Amino acid sequence: MTPDINSGMNSGMTSDMTGGKNSLRSGPDSDGRFGDFGGRFVAETLMPLILDLEQAFRDSRTDPAFEEEFNSLLTEFVGRPSPLYFAERLTEHLKGAKIYFKREELNHTGAHKINNCIGQILLARRMGKSRIIAETGAGQHGVATATVCARFGIKCVVYMGAKDIERQKPNVFRMKLLGAEVIPVTSGSQSLKDAMNEAMRDWVAHVADTYYLIGTAAGPHPYPELVRDFQSVIGTETRRQIMAKEGRLPDSLVACVGGGSNAIGLFHPFLDDDIAMYGVEAAGLGLDTDKHAASLTGGRPGVLHGNRTYLLMDGDGQIEEAHSISAGLDYPGIGPEHSWLHDIRRVKYVAITDREALDAFQTCCACEGIIPALESAHAIAYVIKLAPTLPRDHLMVMNLSGRGDKDIFTVAQALGTEI
Amino acid sequence: MSVSRIDRKFAALKAENRAALVTFTTAGDPDYDSALRILRALPAAGADIIELGMAFSDPMADGPAIQAANIRALKNGITCGKILQMVGEFRQQDQTTPLILMGYYNPLYIYGVEKFLADALQAGVDGLIIVDLPPEEDCELAIPAAAAGMGCIHLATPTTDRARLNHIVKNGSGFLYYVSIAGVTGTRVPDSRPVKAAVEMIRGHTDLPVAVGFGIKTPETARLFAEFADAVVVGSAIVNIIAANIDQEGLANSVLESRVLDFVATLGRGIKQARQATPESKI
Repeated sequence: MTPDINSGMNSGMTSDMTGGKNSLRSGPDSDGRFGDFGGRFVAETLMPLILDLEQAFRDSRTDPAFEEEFNSLLTEFVGRPSPLYFAERLTEHLKGAKIYFKREELNHTGAHKINNCIGQILLARRMGKSRIIAETGAGQHGVATATVCARFGIKCVVYMGAKDIERQKPNVFRMKLLGAEVIPVTSGSQSLKDAMNEAMRDWVAHVADTYYLIGTAAGPHPYPELVRDFQSVIGTETRRQIMAKEGRLPDSLVACVGGGSNAIGLFHPFLDDDIAMYGVEAAGLGLDTDKHAASLTGGRPGVLHGNRTYLLMDGDGQIEEAHSISAGLDYPGIGPEHSWLHDIRRVKYVAITDREALDAFQTCCACEGIIPALESAHAIAYVIKLAPTLPRDHLMVMNLSGRGDKDIFTVAQALGTEI
Repeated sequence: MSVSRIDRKFAALKAENRAALVTFTTAGDPDYDSALRILRALPAAGADIIELGMAFSDPMADGPAIQAANIRALKNGITCGKILQMVGEFRQQDQTTPLILMGYYNPLYIYGVEKFLADALQAGVDGLIIVDLPPEEDCELAIPAAAAGMGCIHLATPTTDRARLNHIVKNGSGFLYYVSIAGVTGTRVPDSRPVKAAVEMIRGHTDLPVAVGFGIKTPETARLFAEFADAVVVGSAIVNIIAANIDQEGLANSVLESRVLDFVATLGRGIKQARQATPESKI
């Protein structure tokens, strides 16, 4: 953390700081760092590739045609803007803060993941790449990647942990329908981190034609930055929508964090405003057990998958397996910008157990007529804890990042029901 | 100084007009005692420089053979501390063979860079190859290592162009490791022609010796690369012999060590013949 940021924090944040020297929105620096986090910890083979990617990304930012095509695809193909929905019955039920859901689950493919995939497929095409690889945990990013690859007629290979393939069968089938090759990863814990290792091994071996479409705001610079920017459409829309509905900015934002792309997408456009933010990690069976996925509340800084960030590891720096009922949160790390926002205490990170998420999942179904993804159910669970402690005029926006159709088998099993 | 062990070795081999054989094994594979016995016997079998792998849970640059070796070593409780202890035990008997540790940054970062450098120098480590630290991250390790007197071996790859080479050699020492394929360890076999061209390009940017590795599995390939490289690294092929000589519980069988050492001896003979066959080639 830098003295500039400290002074920004101490003097309180106002919106006129946006883009200024003390803005919290100006990271990363030219080395890809958010404070001490981030960086480019990759093999030399990949270094020229990520420098090329950075160049292509910078060029795209100054190309109006890129932005026009991106926005047009978000409107026509994804179905944006996603509604900012007043969760009236949940608000009445909790008798506290006025709760809005940002309905990312209504996007094409059922989650926020598609926003990033649209942006990156345009970058890949711009770079002349003919083959896309991706890692996936819950399968949402894999489906979104397979979708944009089909849309643009580009070959798609998705790495997925064998354990995740087992618990996310519907998404595996979707990816195959969309023409992707799904490669099971049997090494390590057979989940998201191992899928990411395998994708990086593939990338190193196919440097000429392959684009690695990372699904979260993590990995080597410039991925955390570019994924965040493509996902920031969530927060930018929310800002406009809440002004139209309430005539003012919200008082708090809540989002679940695995790698953290839906959360950073919601938070980033508001970082310089006086708004409380809560990132909700997966506490699995509990933070006092070794079965959780809460990198910030239960881990410490280390280096993995190209960036320095908070990680779950043992005393000798060996990465430990994460656990969460939600495959999308089952990752032992987190995006580097979240690590920084945690260290400077701009965002409060909390943790929700499997059990609390399951309860919230059911509350959301019964109370709002929306089946949420188990990932998003973690955010709902925190809203259920927090909202009743706040006054009625407190405006809270929660990112409903994905829909839960993919999770009904997992939930049924956890509830002891056979379907 | 420990770096000079590497320099002395390359100077001696230059006088002999031959390339160095660099062997890679993973510390603690299949277990501490077997790995130490192999380590101690490697120089006599023909290894000129020893590369010792530091196991990591997520070895992203490694193919299946070395991934499996990492898992075996970790299962048997290898740690950074034990690896340095193993080096110390090796050094009690061997004061001349350069020993390089190769691995990933996180275990070392968690150990503490300053402490690791001090303890590794004390144990008798001559250099470090950390695959996920490109020159962009030299502040993390290469610069503190140089200040501490520890060699820091940088990697160049088929994707490295001339502009990057200057950047790569800047804070590197000991030798430069040319990764002969775009890929992970122990998979594709490299073609010698483009590798030779790359080594020649690298020589235009540095006086450091150039080692070639990744995908060199046989005495014949080693011999081919030893014609023009200053050192040839063989890893996965040795590690595969270890894998083939352990039982289901991961215990070494009675011939594991001799199989490994016999293979290293054939690699050494291949390398020694390389420039005898082509006397016109020079270092």
